[in-house]
Amino acid sequence: MSKKSREYLINRKDNQYEVVIGLEVHAQVLSKSKLFSNSATKFGAEPNTQVSLVDAAFPGMLPVINEFCVKQAIKTGIGLNAKINKRSVFDRKNYFYADLPQGYQISQFKDPIVGEGKVIIDLPDGHKEVGIERLHLEQDAGKSIHDLDPQNTFVDLNRSGVALMEIVSKPDLRSPDEVSIYIKKLRSIMRYLGTCDGNMQEGSLRADVNVSVREKGSKEFGTRCEIKNVNSIKFMQMAIEYEANRQVDLIEEGKTINQETRLFDTKKNETRSMRSKEDAHDYRYFPDPDLLPLEVSDEFVNKLRSEIPELPDDKKKRFINEFKLSAYEATILVTDIEIAKYFEEVVAKMGKNKDMKLAVNWITGELFAVLNSKNLEITQSPVSAKNLAILVNLIKNGTISGKIAKTVFELMLKNDEDPQKIVEEKGLKQQSDPKALEVLIDKIINNNREKAIEYKQGKEKLFGFFVGQAMKASGGKANPQLINEILKKKL
Amino acid sequence: MSDITKQSLTELVESIKNKKLSSSEVTKAFIERSEKSKVLNAFITEDFTSALDKAKKFDQKPNLDLKLPGIPMAIKDLFCTKNIKTTAGSKILNNFVPTYESTVTENIWNEGAILLGKLNCDEFAMGSSNETSFFGNVQNPIDKNLVPGGSSGGSASAVAGQLTPITIGTDTGGSIRQPASFTGTVGLKPTYGSCSRYGIVAFASSLDQAGPMAQNVKDCALLQEVISSFDAKDSTSIDFKRSHYSKDLTNNIKGKKIGIPKEYRVDGMPKEIDDLWQKGIEYVKDCGAEIINISLPHTSYALPTYYIVAPAEASSNLARYDGVKYGFRANGKNLIDMYEKTRSEGFGAEVQRRIMIGTYVLSSGYYDAYYLKAQKVRRLIKNDFDEAYKKVDAILTPSTPSSAFKIGEKTNDPVSMYLNDIFTVPVNLAGLPGISIPAGHDTKGYPLGLQIIGKAFDEQNILNIAFAMEEKINFKNKITDWWIK
Repeated sequence: MSKKSREYLINRKDNQYEVVIGLEVHAQVLSKSKLFSNSATKFGAEPNTQVSLVDAAFPGMLPVINEFCVKQAIKTGIGLNAKINKRSVFDRKNYFYADLPQGYQISQFKDPIVGEGKVIIDLPDGHKEVGIERLHLEQDAGKSIHDLDPQNTFVDLNRSGVALMEIVSKPDLRSPDEVSIYIKKLRSIMRYLGTCDGNMQEGSLRADVNVSVREKGSKEFGTRCEIKNVNSIKFMQMAIEYEANRQVDLIEEGKTINQETRLFDTKKNETRSMRSKEDAHDYRYFPDPDLLPLEVSDEFVNKLRSEIPELPDDKKKRFINEFKLSAYEATILVTDIEIAKYFEEVVAKMGKNKDMKLAVNWITGELFAVLNSKNLEITQSPVSAKNLAILVNLIKNGTISGKIAKTVFELMLKNDEDPQKIVEEKGLKQQSDPKALEVLIDKIINNNREKAIEYKQGKEKLFGFFVGQAMKASGGKANPQLINEILKKKL
Repeated sequence: MSDITKQSLTELVESIKNKKLSSSEVTKAFIERSEKSKVLNAFITEDFTSALDKAKKFDQKPNLDLKLPGIPMAIKDLFCTKNIKTTAGSKILNNFVPTYESTVTENIWNEGAILLGKLNCDEFAMGSSNETSFFGNVQNPIDKNLVPGGSSGGSASAVAGQLTPITIGTDTGGSIRQPASFTGTVGLKPTYGSCSRYGIVAFASSLDQAGPMAQNVKDCALLQEVISSFDAKDSTSIDFKRSHYSKDLTNNIKGKKIGIPKEYRVDGMPKEIDDLWQKGIEYVKDCGAEIINISLPHTSYALPTYYIVAPAEASSNLARYDGVKYGFRANGKNLIDMYEKTRSEGFGAEVQRRIMIGTYVLSSGYYDAYYLKAQKVRRLIKNDFDEAYKKVDAILTPSTPSSAFKIGEKTNDPVSMYLNDIFTVPVNLAGLPGISIPAGHDTKGYPLGLQIIGKAFDEQNILNIAFAMEEKINFKNKITDWWIK
């Protein structure tokens, strides 16, 4: 897909540089218990209250694979259109750290559970395929807390052993915006699958970002730097921006880029060296002898395949075909599975004679505005899908005007009240009786004879005045279309 | 009293079931003898008071349907025991008290046995003479200043010295069979996956296996029946149909085909070992079994393979002893300094040597040449056995290339120490069951063992062969009680 106009390039005197980005996303598996133990995984629990003997690596303790986490990883692999490996191997990644009780992390090195796949990302002027290199399962480490005491470090092992999926992309991303869209797409897919809640504040989704630059048009990759453990999309974008410019400056100064691991300092908005390639850990990977190779049968994978729900790409296609939505509208509605669910419920409740456009406008307009201002998720919406559907139908069948509908919507926010009931109780029903409206309009024309004459003489602006008067007289309930028609006839 | 401790497990179970003896009487007898046997240094932790209490409780309400009714038993200190200090023979776990029980010991207590205490062993089961223990050497009851073998040296010494009627050890490269051979006792290393590794301090996960050590084959079969179980808590535990090893024990081995591997006739092997092997072959023939010469061509690679695989796994398994969570901690200026001091002071020389070997063979740049190559050779060794078992039902070899040696004799020569395991190591690498039975004495009067290696999960067969041979050999251990004044 060519998109020259939107290309993200870094310009220096005579040179233009392209940025090449690959991501290693760490997504916490949505699971009640850990990857190799039955401890709970609830976020925000008191320190060290969700730790088993296995998680704390007591002598003689052995890991036992949690089948549910394996299923979650395979489902995610299916969602990423990836190859599911029927045989995968857990390896030990050996290093010492206080929050790594075993002295090694159980991960998958040579034989991951999921192989190559792809993700389609929607760009403003089309879409792009991002290659997935692999997905593997691994344990999370605990948490070292350095700021509680001047002398000591405290360790919280609640996270120790929690299942993570590391999703490694190919170096297919070319700008901070593409990274943002890619992460959001991954999150969307995993939330559809129920395999990761994608909550970045709680650390359920974080990424190591690999950045390199090269002169525009070059086919060779530049030397890359890995920015470790960035936990928000905004920080990822800032880190890439900084890092790419740093690398370009080095090249422009005739210096070389060292392959290294860097950290992003969110306060100073800069990356800085953590360790060079020479200082890189030798992790001494080898197959974990406590665990047998993980083998899954075709039946096992096929059963999971049959449980995969409609994913955002397919849902989008269906919304476009079935509901005649624009690609833009469909994208907005499918990105978050809960919004898609809400929308589909509204559609279902609207019945046969439905106005899809109107429904979309009300959801993405009025409803989103309320959710945004109150900082609510769609699942916490003060207006249920059913009642929103009734409201849209009331507009569609002319019972109320769009303007009155806004008043009704305001009233619905309090207790998710049935709009039909509000309309009846408050007498907000649109006045659509032509005879009654004729009487009302005759009265207005009589009271404003001079203006009526002026209008007839060509002062057409005054038409609006008469409409306004009629609406006012009807308390806003008059059917505006009828008012227009009658006024035109009478004036 | 002393004749109580001379009884075999089977006899003691009989006596308790027939109410000729109470659990308290039996327990007291072993405790009294243990009290007089401190010189052997077989125990790291004694739990005598509690054992007597438990025996008393058992006697008040005896459940005689159990397989080990009120039988006192000391066990190797590599098995985690709830609320009882478990050291693995190391300073680094000197103060470690588990809150949990290993599956194997749980199985034992569930059958009515009573813990006497925890037995000495080489540090983290790394050794062939029990000289690497932080808690000092163990004496072989056979003779003064003689090693009992290792790593289950305390266990072997305690069974041979009648401080416990029976015990369990662990065997990673020969740690049950070699000390059994050195002390004139019977030791079985079961098929890998037969006994759960849950709660056993790990040495080399792909090789470690718990097993019984006893005065005779029948006792050994009975204990194997108790400890072997499928355990979902150990991912390498195997769910196969287990025999009633003691009930199904028979000396009828007529027509069994026994393989004699020519590669086990190693250079420099003492003549008396070769003679013993020949005698073993005659005994087997006497029992009506057929002798078939076989070849296990990759045998000579077993020891170097083992000394890559086992240290590699150990270097990773022992990373958890870092002073952070439990066990010994030395103070340091910072985290790295604390690690270095804790592990330098907490681990002994042999453990450190193996951690370094293991770290080296797993390092990038060396992994392919060592660890990966070793895994391939391991496969070839396994294939050798698979080939052989197309022709034979079991294999007969010596257990060790020599009898027990003197304390200190080999401590400065790790390689000669490692050579002790030359006949036992291939069995661990192939995951097979092997049993060592006492078969004779050398010129010094020290016991010598023969090893019977079986097919995977075929413990019953090698127990039967051992049982039949035991009858023919009629071995008598020469225990003089030299340590009791």
